[in-house]
Amino acid sequence: MSHSLAIETHDLGRIYKLRGSKKEKRKELVALQDVNLTVEQGELFGLLGPNGAGKTTLIKVLTTLLSPTSGWARVAGADVHAEPDSVRPKINMVSGGESSGYGLLTVRENLWMFSQFYGVPSKEANERIEALLTMVGMKDRMHTKSSDLSTGLRQKMNIVRGFLTDPEVLFLDEPTLGLDVGASRDVRKFIIEWLKADRERTLLLTTHYMVEADELCDRVAIINKGRVLACDTPTALKHRLQKDALFEIQTSPLNGLTPQMLVDQPEVTKAAIEETETGAKLSLGLVEESALARVINLFTQKDVKVMSLSKREPTLEDVFVDLVGRSMAEEESSETQ
Amino acid sequence: MAAWLGWLIESNWTDPFLFAVYSIVKPLSGAAILVVMYGIITQGNFDSALFPYIYLGNAFYIYVGAVMTGVSWAVVDDREHYKTLKYMYIAPIYIPIYLLGRGVARFITGSIAVFITITAGVLFLKVPLKFAEVDWWLFIVTLTLGVVMLALLGLLLAGITLTVARHEGFIGEATAGALYIFSGAVFPLDVLPAWIRPVGYFMPTTYWLELLRRSLVGNVAQAFPTLANFSNMQILGILLGLSIFFGAVSIWVFKICDARARELGLIDRTTNY
Repeated sequence: MSHSLAIETHDLGRIYKLRGSKKEKRKELVALQDVNLTVEQGELFGLLGPNGAGKTTLIKVLTTLLSPTSGWARVAGADVHAEPDSVRPKINMVSGGESSGYGLLTVRENLWMFSQFYGVPSKEANERIEALLTMVGMKDRMHTKSSDLSTGLRQKMNIVRGFLTDPEVLFLDEPTLGLDVGASRDVRKFIIEWLKADRERTLLLTTHYMVEADELCDRVAIINKGRVLACDTPTALKHRLQKDALFEIQTSPLNGLTPQMLVDQPEVTKAAIEETETGAKLSLGLVEESALARVINLFTQKDVKVMSLSKREPTLEDVFVDLVGRSMAEEESSETQ
Repeated sequence: MAAWLGWLIESNWTDPFLFAVYSIVKPLSGAAILVVMYGIITQGNFDSALFPYIYLGNAFYIYVGAVMTGVSWAVVDDREHYKTLKYMYIAPIYIPIYLLGRGVARFITGSIAVFITITAGVLFLKVPLKFAEVDWWLFIVTLTLGVVMLALLGLLLAGITLTVARHEGFIGEATAGALYIFSGAVFPLDVLPAWIRPVGYFMPTTYWLELLRRSLVGNVAQAFPTLANFSNMQILGILLGLSIFFGAVSIWVFKICDARARELGLIDRTTNY
């Protein structure tokens, strides 16, 4: 293995055996399947996929919390299953959307305690805590008991906990989940600054926010149903679709018009539909712009009114639709049904 | 660090005054129930050798529940309540040491309870404990060895707790409750049916309680036949041997359960039970 690789996985798989009722057979849930990834040292690598895609499972395996059922993974040069004690001093992790921490300790005490588990000298730890809390705008809450913090501030405290130990490889699992727009922006800014400060730091970020992945990541792996479908820079991923003309159309209710009906049109390469309060929002990929007239004609046949229409540049959402055949929101709702 | 955290959790759930009252009232209430029961059954014969036997056995048994539960409960507390167990796991610390550290707080509160119970017994119930006659060397060695043994048993329970979901919080209390019968805490093992006594003979707590009684009120404690033929050193040897055996088993079981929990993905599970 090259020394410049921070993370490497080979045919990594994880199957959960689910317990049903006593009469039922144990079901198997494939959470990860044949995942092959390499993340270079210094990279900000994104895992993009809908809820239930396997992102968190992959992070759990990489952070030594969960054993893989097949394949192997190495983080900071050590095997996560066979050598967890070699991996742990070099990593840290933050899970978004949860309010972990000892509520009876102050923000400073919580952070200081974790720094001590990583052997950071107390004086240095206190300096780092103050600097990091200042960066995330929480210095004035340093002596507040964490039970008295709002969910967003508690999440920020946890993000600081992850950065505090200055890990070689940091795993951020949906770090902005549940944060308001301003706090999410602060966190993204902070992530970029932290990586800029030391080019040897590596960060693996999971998200189901396309914009976040697009804005932050050097490379992105799109993951769905435990499989990595594509892995490249956001620009390169989007470039795959440049040959298509992409349109976003707001319409009245679709009156039974389905994505399949649209894709069945010879010039339509892909179609994703998102229901809105007033009707629907369609993302269409067309072989050429002239095909739009025939699509509009189909709308007319179904008595669907076009409220607005715009041509746009491809996004990672389009890449996902291209790879999976439907939008991330559709994929999530199909998983929950 | 873990002990500091454990102490803050243990002592900060209420205001200091209420915590102090609770720390005094709880052990005294427990002892009072036993004393009343004893008084009714023996028609107030508090001069019998059986009384200090029961009273001291019951007082020191506080440690069994406190230390074992203190260690194993940290798993439930961190995993389900604070949701920090996964962060402890990925930190470069030796998890068994962390869990043992978390148990220190319960050892401290347990020690306060034991002290209060014994003091009340000496002052108000004529428990024949004379400071000048206490075998301090034997007492300190036995107490230390026993607490270490209980902490390691707590680690065994912590391992099991890692791998189970339902009723995980009761494992420590349930085990302590079961051992209560077989350890000679409140009655000599000879009272038990012969076929069940070997369970008690295999429990290190049996020898631990016997030695603690002997070190504090020697002649009275030896009035019962169970271990009367054994010298203090022989019992200490048995206690040491059983502690090493159970300690090794505990560490082994914890390792297996730890690996199993990683296989099953249980380290960060929250059940909301």
